[in-house]
Amino acid sequence: MTRQERIAALKAAAKERVLILDGSWGVMIQKRGLAEDDYRGERFKDAAGQLKGNNDLLCITRPDIIADLHDQYFAAGADISETNTFSATSIGQAEYGMEAAVRDINLEGARIGRRVADEWTAKEPDKPRFLAGSVGPLPVMLSMSSDVNDPGARKVTFEQVYAAYSEQMKALHEGGVDLFLIETITDTLNCKAAIKAIMDLEDQGYEPLPIWISGTITDRSGRTLSGQTVEAFWNSIKHAKPFAVGLNCALGADLMRPHIAELARVADTLVSAYPNAGLPNAMGEYDETPHQTGHQLHEWAEHGLVNILGGCCGTTPDHIRHVADEVRGLKPRQIPERPKAMRLAGLEPFELA
Amino acid sequence: MRPLFVNVGERTNVTGSAKFRKLIAEGHYPEALSVARQQVEAGAQVIDVNMDEGLLDSVAAMRTYLNLLAAEPDIARVPVMVDSSKWEVIEAGLQCVQGKAIVNSISLKEGEAKFIEQAKACLRYGAAVVVMAFDEVGQADTEARKFEICERAYRILVDRVGFPPEDIIFDPNIFAVATGIEEHDNYAVDFIEATRRIKANLPYARVSGGVSNVSFSFRGNEPVRRAIHSVFLYHAINAGMDMGIVNAGDLPVYDDIEPELREAVEDVILNRKRADGRSPTEVLVDLAPKYKGGKGEGAKGPNLAWREASVAERLKHALVHGVTDYIEQDTEEARQQAERPLHVIEGPLMDGMNVVGDLFGAGKMFLPQVVKSARVMKQAVAYLLPFMEAEKEGQERQSAGKILMATVKGDVHDIGKNIVGVVLQCNNYEVIDLGVMVPADRILDEAQAHNVDIVGLSGLITPSLDEMVFVASEMERRGFKVPLLIGGATTSKTHTAVKISPQYKSGPTTYVLDASRAVGVVSNLLSPTERTRFVAATEADYAKVREQFARGQGNRARASLEEARANAFTPDWTIYDPVKPSFLGTRTFAPYDLNELARHIDWSPFFASWELVGRFPQILDDDVVGQAARDLYADAERMLARIIQQGLLEARGVVGFWPANADGDDIVLYTDEGRSTELTRLHTLRQQMIKTGEQANLALADFIAPVGTKPDWIGGFAVTSGHGELELAKQFKDAGDDYSAILSTALADRLAEAFAEALHRKVRTELWGYAPDEVFDIDALIGEQYRGIRPAPGYPAQPDHTEKATLFKLLDATPATGMELTESFAMTPPAAVSGLYFAHPEAHYFGVGRIEKDQVEDYARRKGWDVRTAERWLAPILNYDPA
Repeated sequence: MTRQERIAALKAAAKERVLILDGSWGVMIQKRGLAEDDYRGERFKDAAGQLKGNNDLLCITRPDIIADLHDQYFAAGADISETNTFSATSIGQAEYGMEAAVRDINLEGARIGRRVADEWTAKEPDKPRFLAGSVGPLPVMLSMSSDVNDPGARKVTFEQVYAAYSEQMKALHEGGVDLFLIETITDTLNCKAAIKAIMDLEDQGYEPLPIWISGTITDRSGRTLSGQTVEAFWNSIKHAKPFAVGLNCALGADLMRPHIAELARVADTLVSAYPNAGLPNAMGEYDETPHQTGHQLHEWAEHGLVNILGGCCGTTPDHIRHVADEVRGLKPRQIPERPKAMRLAGLEPFELA
Repeated sequence: MRPLFVNVGERTNVTGSAKFRKLIAEGHYPEALSVARQQVEAGAQVIDVNMDEGLLDSVAAMRTYLNLLAAEPDIARVPVMVDSSKWEVIEAGLQCVQGKAIVNSISLKEGEAKFIEQAKACLRYGAAVVVMAFDEVGQADTEARKFEICERAYRILVDRVGFPPEDIIFDPNIFAVATGIEEHDNYAVDFIEATRRIKANLPYARVSGGVSNVSFSFRGNEPVRRAIHSVFLYHAINAGMDMGIVNAGDLPVYDDIEPELREAVEDVILNRKRADGRSPTEVLVDLAPKYKGGKGEGAKGPNLAWREASVAERLKHALVHGVTDYIEQDTEEARQQAERPLHVIEGPLMDGMNVVGDLFGAGKMFLPQVVKSARVMKQAVAYLLPFMEAEKEGQERQSAGKILMATVKGDVHDIGKNIVGVVLQCNNYEVIDLGVMVPADRILDEAQAHNVDIVGLSGLITPSLDEMVFVASEMERRGFKVPLLIGGATTSKTHTAVKISPQYKSGPTTYVLDASRAVGVVSNLLSPTERTRFVAATEADYAKVREQFARGQGNRARASLEEARANAFTPDWTIYDPVKPSFLGTRTFAPYDLNELARHIDWSPFFASWELVGRFPQILDDDVVGQAARDLYADAERMLARIIQQGLLEARGVVGFWPANADGDDIVLYTDEGRSTELTRLHTLRQQMIKTGEQANLALADFIAPVGTKPDWIGGFAVTSGHGELELAKQFKDAGDDYSAILSTALADRLAEAFAEALHRKVRTELWGYAPDEVFDIDALIGEQYRGIRPAPGYPAQPDHTEKATLFKLLDATPATGMELTESFAMTPPAAVSGLYFAHPEAHYFGVGRIEKDQVEDYARRKGWDVRTAERWLAPILNYDPA
C-alpha cells in the first residue's frame, strides 16, 4: 500500500469501528531493566554524561526492543502504534547533549515502526496497521513564565520551538509515518508552533499527512496546565483541521470522563482518549488492572463518546488487549455537526453565533 | 431580541489612549495590565492590543505585554485582538497567544500576493482576521467601494486561501462625520449601508469597526461623543454590525439620550435633510456646548434638580430612587459634616431607609425598588467602613437584631431567602446568610457562635419540609430558645403549625408568607413590648390550624387502592395508535441557543417572584405597580441582553425516548423495540380520593398503553440554564449588588422554564413528532394548549422526588448536561427542570392528592423500599399519621 492508500484505509476504518491505539512505552521499557550500555550502544559509547533513561535513543541503539514493543501492541489488537520519539526534539534531547542525534532517532524510530506495521498488515490484510509519529511536549513552555519573579520571562521563543518541531517532523515524515500525533500537550502555544511546523511542511514539498492532537487535562480543575478549558483548547487548535483530537495522560479514566464528554460535544472531528491506568499510588506505580481499564473504556464507547481508545502511563499490552476485546463490535462516536460560528478563545471559549 | 454585539476593549491601545501610551513608553507594565483588567471587568469580550507608536519598539512591547498578560487568568480568559498596521508586530503577537486570536488587520493595500501570504500565515497560526476595506488604490470611502473591496477580499480568502468564512471580519472604515466638509456628510451612511450589503452577500462574514472615529470632530465634548457613538451603533448594529472597538461600559442607552440631542445626532449620522434647510452638522455644532457639562451629565440628561438640595435630602433621594451615581461623593460630604462616620449611618442614611421602609409598608414602593435602595445603602456603608475602622474607639453599629438565615440541607433555591435578607437589612437588622444546602448542625453551630436573635429557614422542594422538622427538633434538643422562622415556596402555615412548631416547644415558630411580611414578624418577635402578645396570637392561630387539620384528616375519605385501580383511566387503545419518536435513546442539546429561550420566557412568574402580582404584559400598565414593573422589566431586559451577549449563562439539555408499556401503576421501559429486555421501571402513584360520575382515579401510567396491547413510548428530559448562575450571582453579591444578584438568578430560573417549554415544543413537532403542524404561539404555550404533558417528579402528578434519580440515570443527565442531584433530589445548578413526556391526546396534569397506607405499602414493594422509607419520601401526601 502507498501512504495515501494507508491514510484512506485509516479514515475508512475510523468510520466502521472504534480504533485502538497502543499503550505505555515507558513502563514496558522499564521492565527490561536496561543498563547504561544498552542506551549507549556502539555509536554513543564515548558520549559525555549519563544516557540511561533517554528512551528515545533506543531507536538507534536497541532497535530490537523497539520493534518488539510495536509487535506486542499490534498483537494485542492495536490498530495504531506510536513511534518511540516522544522527546526526540533538539530541545528535549538537550539535557542528554543528544541534539545532534535527533534526526536519526526520528528516522530510525519511524522506519522500525513502519516495518513492524507493514508485517502485520501483510499477515492480516483485513486489519491494516498504522504508524503515528509521536511528537511530545517540551520541557519549556511558551505560555508560562520560566522565572517566578518575572511573569513575562520565557526560556525559548516561538521560532525556536517551531524549528525544533520542524526538524523532528521532517525526519518522521521521511521515515514513513502515516500521521503525526502531537500528544500530552501541556501548553497550547507550543502545540500551535508544532501545528504551524506541520502545515508549513507542505510549502517544502512534503505530502500532507493527517494531524492528530491530544491535550492533557492536568487535574480536576478541568484545565490544561497552561490554563485553558477543553473547549478553549479545541477552538485554539481547530485550524489544524485535525484528523482526531483527544486527551491523554495525567488522569485515569474515571477522572478523564467528563472532559472527554465535553470534547466529544464540541469537536466536529474524531475524538480519541488514552488515559493513564488510574492515578499513581504512593510508590508512583499504576494499580489499575487491564480488566478495570477495559471495563471503563467500554462504557465510553458504548455511550458514543469516542472514536479512538488506547492507554497512557501504566498501561501494558494486556490493558490494550482488554480494551480491544471490550469495544469490539461497538459503533464509533458519530461526529456532531456544529453550526458555523466564529469561535475564538482565551483561557475560555468565545463564540459569536 | 436585540442582535448580538461584541464589545472589543479599546483602552489597551497606544494610539487611542494617551494614558496607556505613557504607561508603555515608561515601562509601567503592571499598571498597563490593570487597564486591560478594567476593560474585561467592564464587559469587553475581546481585548484589542495596539503598540503602534513611532517611538516604541512595537515588536518588543507587543511581546512583553502579551507574555505578561498570559500570566493574568482574569484577563487572559478573553481572546486577544492583535492590532497593528505592521505585519512583523502582528506576527510577534501571534507567537505569544495560546488561544485563538483575531488579527487586526490585513488588507489588499499592498496587492494580492502580500494579502494571500499574510492570510495564509494567519490561517496557520490559527487566528481570525479583520480585513480592512483598503486596496491598491486606497481606503474605501463610499458604500460601493467598501463593498467592492470586501467582496474581492472575501473571494480570495474563501476560494483561493481556503480561509473559513466564519473567521473573516470586515472593517469597512468608520470615518468622522460633521467635519464641516460636505463630502464627509455621508460617511456614516456609507458604513451602515456597506455593512448591510456585506452581511447580505458574503455568508458568515462579520463586520467590525473602530467606533470612536465617527465623532472625532467633537473632541473634548465627551457627552456628545457618547451620544454620537450610541446613535451610530444603534443603526449600524441594526444593519448587521457584529462587533466594535468601543470603550466598554461607557455608552448611553439609545432611548436615554435627551430627545433634542438624539434627533440632532440622528440627522448627522443618517445625513438627513432638515425641514428648515439648515445643515445637520451646523445644528449639532450649535447644540453641542449645551450638553458638554461635567462628568455623568449632558448626554444622559436625567433631571438633576435634586442635586441642588441638602446632603441629607440628596442621600434620601438616592436611597428612595436607587441611584448609586453620586453616593460616595454625597456620603463623603455627609461624613465631613458629621462628628463621627457612624453618625452618617445612624443619621441621614437610616432616615432615608426609614422613608423607604414607610413607602414599602404603605404599598408605594415595591420589592425591586427596595432591593435597589439596599444596594445604595450598602455602597454608602462600604464607603464609610474604613473610616469607622480607623476610629480607634469605633464600636460596632447597633443593629436592631441579628438574624441567621439558611436554605436547608439538600435544597439549592435561594431567591426568596435573598430578598428577605435584603429587606431585613434595609430595616437595620444584621443578617447572617449561610447560603444553600446548609446542614442542621452547621445552622445551629453558627447560630450559637453569633448569638443570633432569630433563626430563619428556607426551602423550595418538598423534602426540605422534613429537614425543617429535623432542624426544629435539633433546636429543642440543643436547648435553643430564640424564635424560628419558616419560609419558602414549599412551606405553609399548616405544615409549620402541624409538623414543625410541635417539635420546638421552647421557642416560638412562625411561618412567613413572603418578604413583605418578614419585617413585621421580626420586629414583633424582637420587641420587648409586643413579643408576648404576638407569640400568643400566633400560637392561638396555629392551634386552630392544627384542629382543622385533625378534623380534615377524619373527613378525607379515600378509596382503597383496589377500588382506585378498578376506576383507572382506560382509553380505548384499539382506536389510537401511539406515534413512534424520530429516534430512541438520548440526544444532547448543549449549548442551547439563549436567544431562542429568551423568546419563550413566561414573564408573569418573574414578576411574582418579586411579589408584583399580575399578568404580563398588562402588569406594565397597572395603576399601582406599573412603574415598579416597568423599571424591573427594563432592568431585566438589560441583564438578559448582557447574559446572552457575554454568554454569562449556558443552557444545556438532554432528551430521550424509550419503548414503553404500562404494567399496572408502573411503566416498563425496554432496551429496544424487541420489548423483551427491561431497561428500567418508572413508578407512578394513583389518586385515592373518592370520585363520582365519569371521573377516574388517575395515575400517570394510565397514559401509556398496557403491556400486551400496542407498542407505546415515553420520553424524558432534563434541562438547565444555570451553568454560570452561581458565579454570576456571587460576583454581584461580592460587589454589594444584591439587586443584580437576585435579578440574574430569577432570570436563570425563567430561562430554564423557557428551555423546558421550547424543548417540549421541539419534542412535539420534531423529536417525537406527534404534532408536526402545531403553530407557534407564545400565549398558547403558556396556557398549555397543546397535546401531551411533561410532568416532573416531585410535583403533583408524581410527588415522589426520588423518581428523578431514575430519570437522570436514563438520560445520563450528569455527563450530558452537568446537572446533578442533591441528597434531597434537588437539581443543581438550581435553574433546572426535568420531567417525563407523555403523548397521549388525553394526557393531562392532575394532582395525586393524599394516599392511604395500602398504596404506600404497595409502592414501597415496587420501589424495593421498606414502608418507613416510603413514608418518609411521601410524607407530604400521606392521608394518615405514620406511627
